[in-house]
Amino acid sequence: MANPTRRSSRSGIRGGEAASGWLFTAPILILLGLFLVVPVLMALWVSFSDWGGRGSPFAGSVNFVGFDNYSELLAGGGLAERDFGTALKNNAWYVLLVVPLQTGLALFLAVLVNRQVLKGRGFFRTAFYFPSVTSTVAITVLWLFLFNSTGAVNKLLSYIGVTGPNWFNEPAGIFHFGATDGPAFLTDNTALGVSWWNWLGGPSVAMTAFVLLAVFTTSGTFMLLFIAALQNLGGDVQEAAMMDGASGWQRFWRVTLPQLRPTLFTVLTLGLIGCWQVFDQIYTGTKGTPGKTTLTPAYLSYQSAFIDQDWGQGAAIAFILFVIIVVLTLIQRWILAERKVSKRRMRGYEIPPDIPPTGTPGVTSAAIALDAQNRRG
Amino acid sequence: MQRRTSRWLTAGVFAAAGALALSACGSGFSEEPSDGASGELTSSDDALTVLIGSSGDAETAAVNDAVAAWSSDSGTEASVTVASDLVQQLSQGFSSGQPADVFYLSTDALAGYASNGSLLAYGDQLSNKDDFYPALVSSFTYDGQFYCAPKDFSTLALEINTDLWADAGLTDADIPTTWEELERVAKTLTTDDTVGLAIGGEYARVGAFMAQAGGNLMNEDSTEATADSEENVTALDFVKKMLNDGTLKFAKDVGAGWGGEAFGKQLSAMTIEGNWITGGLQNDFPDVNYTVAELPAGPAGQGTLQFSNCWGIAADSPNQAAALELVENLTSAESQLAFSKAFGPMPSIQSAAADWSADNEALVPFLNGAEYAKGVPTVQGAADVVTDFNSQLESLKTGDPVEILDSTQANLEALLK
Repeated sequence: MANPTRRSSRSGIRGGEAASGWLFTAPILILLGLFLVVPVLMALWVSFSDWGGRGSPFAGSVNFVGFDNYSELLAGGGLAERDFGTALKNNAWYVLLVVPLQTGLALFLAVLVNRQVLKGRGFFRTAFYFPSVTSTVAITVLWLFLFNSTGAVNKLLSYIGVTGPNWFNEPAGIFHFGATDGPAFLTDNTALGVSWWNWLGGPSVAMTAFVLLAVFTTSGTFMLLFIAALQNLGGDVQEAAMMDGASGWQRFWRVTLPQLRPTLFTVLTLGLIGCWQVFDQIYTGTKGTPGKTTLTPAYLSYQSAFIDQDWGQGAAIAFILFVIIVVLTLIQRWILAERKVSKRRMRGYEIPPDIPPTGTPGVTSAAIALDAQNRRG
Repeated sequence: MQRRTSRWLTAGVFAAAGALALSACGSGFSEEPSDGASGELTSSDDALTVLIGSSGDAETAAVNDAVAAWSSDSGTEASVTVASDLVQQLSQGFSSGQPADVFYLSTDALAGYASNGSLLAYGDQLSNKDDFYPALVSSFTYDGQFYCAPKDFSTLALEINTDLWADAGLTDADIPTTWEELERVAKTLTTDDTVGLAIGGEYARVGAFMAQAGGNLMNEDSTEATADSEENVTALDFVKKMLNDGTLKFAKDVGAGWGGEAFGKQLSAMTIEGNWITGGLQNDFPDVNYTVAELPAGPAGQGTLQFSNCWGIAADSPNQAAALELVENLTSAESQLAFSKAFGPMPSIQSAAADWSADNEALVPFLNGAEYAKGVPTVQGAADVVTDFNSQLESLKTGDPVEILDSTQANLEALLK
């Protein structure tokens, strides 16, 4: 108010802009508020209440119970904690395997089908993308048949003399390698009610089949993102790198991949979120069996709320999952953040002073081109 | 200033959205739910909705017919909805305050809904209350109140493939009546392609052995955990021994989804299933010849498990009086015998037993099981403990029965606190 140079917000031809801006965005804001913000806030309240699933969660008979629902999950010592620990363990391994595998495969496929010389590029692109547009339920059912104990996968394995496991009914962790009992210091110590031995056991054979399913279905989607990013890259940087004598392998790792960093971040983040929320495969496929080794937090949340009528706990699981996803995304963002190239690293690119410089001293032509592109972008 | 205006606008938009949302919810949620246990029934002209989880077209048609017949007699409109996911749809109905009036309710869901007041405890007002099997009544009694009328029931019995039986040189005299005999015939019937006995690797089948040994996970009215009893250890030891001998396999380990599938595909010569297996075999494996026998007796005599659903009535139903009439009609001998003919379960009332036995001579062993059948635990949260128990049973072959039962005991005791 004290600022004498302030123009009245009502004056001038731009005066009504803010209001009309809000007017135009109002429909979606109301929709989002109604169907996203309000339900999320209600769920947050439910996670701190003893609501039993009947009538309004805001009714007078519903009590605030503080962190009871959360503490039962994180330090209750009972079945609830053990189930939550098991679900976290299963899902952590799932994420750990699916995210790198699907990202790697997607990038690999994108580079393959992006090459100009490839014949039938359209066909391959469609073929790789096809699983992504098929419904998860259909693919899960297909998977149940393929990985049946007498199914196609085991039949194929039998041709090379391998007796395949009973995939969806095998609760053994793949990193236990058939051992049923671990050393005492691993089996006696527990975290979230699950022994270290089980934490380290890796995903069960059943979960591994789901890992393969996820890699199969989502690689196509992310391949599309990578193709789009690859087609956006200018050819000049590649050419400059070629002039510098970089091999194809070097060009990929040192020139192409760094330029894909934003896309890589998108793909990893989307993959991470999708993997932590895995639900439909479990719901249609195994419902947590065998031996609870395909139980995931998202499915456990559904089960606690809808089947066991423990709505507070179901909501609490959902919010813990939310915190896990946010924290992991922030960590990932920090890891992938652009940093200055370290001096030690830079030395490799510098031209030794005893050779007469051909261009600007100490900077290669590829770096100039890259720099120029960054300025443009 | 510009900043501040926009901030106010943001707040305004969200406040408006919030108010809209809450008013929308307010119309659906009943603010103060009435107590499900109060004596007076509501009565109005409102039409009834019936929500069922159907096993197939036969069941849907049978329930539709029965409800339509009652509707035209009584003059109260009633419609049947088949749920795709019964538990979820029920939960949504209860939280919105507008649930279905009459619905299927399983024993493991009873405690959850009864404790949050969603259910009307109408059992004592039924005119045919004393006709139900007492064991079924106790399955649907929670906190001392008889909540809902058992719709029908099933028990487990032993199914035997008569062709494989004859091929192995066995006769009717060899039908096992003790555990030792069961072991012997299972061994005789086991070949390279066929296992003697295949059952589902879960409490709902293995529990029959526990009943025969004189144990169960909980006592009759689910007030005390008895999982770690000697009897249960004996039962699991026996099952473990048969698993290791290769004369008993879990259905999943022979590549079947359940015992009936293993039996129908002739992957096993015997299985232990309930009366629902008759429909499954008729539809999917009509060529399999089989006979049904009572389960063999264990150290404590005969034993089996029983399963049942009831007709729940919602506490929030505006027309409970008519709903009660409908349920009395649906549990009458006439309706239950019609249901039985259509899709197989046994009538839950004793007065229909004679008629049923006359119509289903081959299935009488199932009904005989009613005398010594035990129920599954009904305490709230028991379903979770049973799931956990099932997951441990899957590795019973290499596992330690005492350890499995001890952890289950601890889980059950936690529910009773």
